[in-house]
Amino acid sequence: MSDKRATREALGATLLELAAEGRDDIVVLDADLAKATTTVKFAAAHPDRFFDVGIAEQNLIGTAAGLAAGGRTAFASSFAVFATGRAYDQVRNSVCYGNLDVKIAATHAGITVGPDGGSHQMVEDIALMRVLPNMRVLVPADYRAAAGAIRAAASTPGPFYIRLGRPALPAVYDDAFEFEVGRAYVLRAGTAVSLVACGAMVTRALDAANLLAAEGIAADVVDAATIKPLDEDTILASVTKTGAVVTCEEHSIIGGLGSAVAELVGEHAPVPLERVGVRDVFGTSGEADELMEHFGLSAGDIAAAARRVIARSSLSSS
Amino acid sequence: MTTADIPTIARTCRQMRRDIIEMVGAAGSGHPGGSLSAVEIVATLFGAAMEHDPARPDLPERDRFVLSKGHAAPVLYAALAESGYFPREELSTLRKLGSRLQGHPDARKLPGVEVSTGSLGQGLALANGLALALRLDDNAASTVYCLLGDGELQEGEVWEAAMLAAHYRLGNVVAIVDLNGLQIDGPTCEVMDVGDVGAKFAAFGWEVLTCDGHSLHELLAAFGAARLHRGGPVVIVARTMKGRGVSFMEGLCDWHGKAPNAEQCATALSEMAEGSAL
Ligand SMILES: [Mg+2]
Repeated sequence: MSDKRATREALGATLLELAAEGRDDIVVLDADLAKATTTVKFAAAHPDRFFDVGIAEQNLIGTAAGLAAGGRTAFASSFAVFATGRAYDQVRNSVCYGNLDVKIAATHAGITVGPDGGSHQMVEDIALMRVLPNMRVLVPADYRAAAGAIRAAASTPGPFYIRLGRPALPAVYDDAFEFEVGRAYVLRAGTAVSLVACGAMVTRALDAANLLAAEGIAADVVDAATIKPLDEDTILASVTKTGAVVTCEEHSIIGGLGSAVAELVGEHAPVPLERVGVRDVFGTSGEADELMEHFGLSAGDIAAAARRVIARSSLSSS
Repeated sequence: MTTADIPTIARTCRQMRRDIIEMVGAAGSGHPGGSLSAVEIVATLFGAAMEHDPARPDLPERDRFVLSKGHAAPVLYAALAESGYFPREELSTLRKLGSRLQGHPDARKLPGVEVSTGSLGQGLALANGLALALRLDDNAASTVYCLLGDGELQEGEVWEAAMLAAHYRLGNVVAIVDLNGLQIDGPTCEVMDVGDVGAKFAAFGWEVLTCDGHSLHELLAAFGAARLHRGGPVVIVARTMKGRGVSFMEGLCDWHGKAPNAEQCATALSEMAEGSAL
């Protein structure tokens, strides 16, 4: 596909657009990764409103919180592993406790970081961010959604975590797409199983739906682009229709989208559920696509999980 | 800098000490030691050094105060009540359910609190952010004051922030270190020696001033000098005594986070009666 683009590329580009549209209140901070996160584009155009804090992620979040307390909308960017893990207490106490207008736009999330290996492959960030009061968590599926997520966060007061990735992803949405915080998007309508995915797994869920369609199984595919607040209505409507659900995320099966959907479905509409994700292990070096196969995050893995929940669903209903 | 004479600030200090003992005593928990060591520092800031208006806590031209050692909330609450940010009667609600006077300062609840603090080591980065925002606002008048504990200097983020303030030449940042030499587990030199605090900040590119943190005269002079230095950040290393003003608390780390009982409160308050040494 010629239009494959990384979600992280939307960061620098969208911040530039927002500045051009007159958002002088936006400041951007990075911790010596501006080239990789792409905030360097903003830095070059608006050096007065860009602050590199050096290799000091606690300082990144703390300084951003101070700028937000001073009336700015502060975007803080680093790799997901450092922005959420290294600076967790700053995110909790300096940002979320004070409900400050800080947008943590973290790139290189998940295992698709690739060859850098397990130390840098962050698969716990959604869990860490989701549990914080006042925090909202966005996991865009493609470049267009990422740009929309950044815009939506910029225009909505309060803390946000925006999860962005390193590799180029196929387009899911067209240029008319507008990201809405708290909304899940039904990308394909089916009756037999709900595939609820986020981020890089949305395309794989759509691929899995194609595999299942060839077997006569019609899958609902839902992009849960906002993990928090979760679009409970859309997800419940899907699972009550299909009676079976598979969650798909490039994240640990503990604490992320799978947990959020399990909590919702368990309380309101118990149906057979399987979580496709990283199974409580650290990552390892390899190319992104190899790793997605290695950790069981391929379209085939999703389709297999779908067959299993459908079997369990028909058992319980027969 | 407003003009308040030393006897007036001294009277305020006496009242703030009484407030600290009474509110921590009523709460049954809290941090008297590090509140008492910072009384003169905070009283001088709110009574003389800082421009602020309790009637307009969001006045753009105000100076900002960040209590990085957030557990010393009682000394801040005493100063805010004394300044008129809220009724004095509210001091007795400290740490109680529904109170605006949280165990550690909560900016969302109480006017006059710029940012929420309490997890040590985070205040200076917040102060830097406020200072950068003032610079972007072309506000050259306001200064951000940040009070740190000496045990708190063991947190790495303090030094990340110290680097940043010097790198960005934040001449509108004034840090004060309440150098009382004690922390929960014992003397700082035994728990984890913070060494020569002034030399450390100087090595990080800060202008360093030192003073007796209980001398109003020296504090006023230090704040006056700090205000004139706009080329970069200034730190005032203020030598203090933990528990200052209460004979049985002075110099004892046991009173870091313990409330006096009714009898101890009465003893402490009698020591602070009009005409006593402090
Ligand atoms: Mg101390």
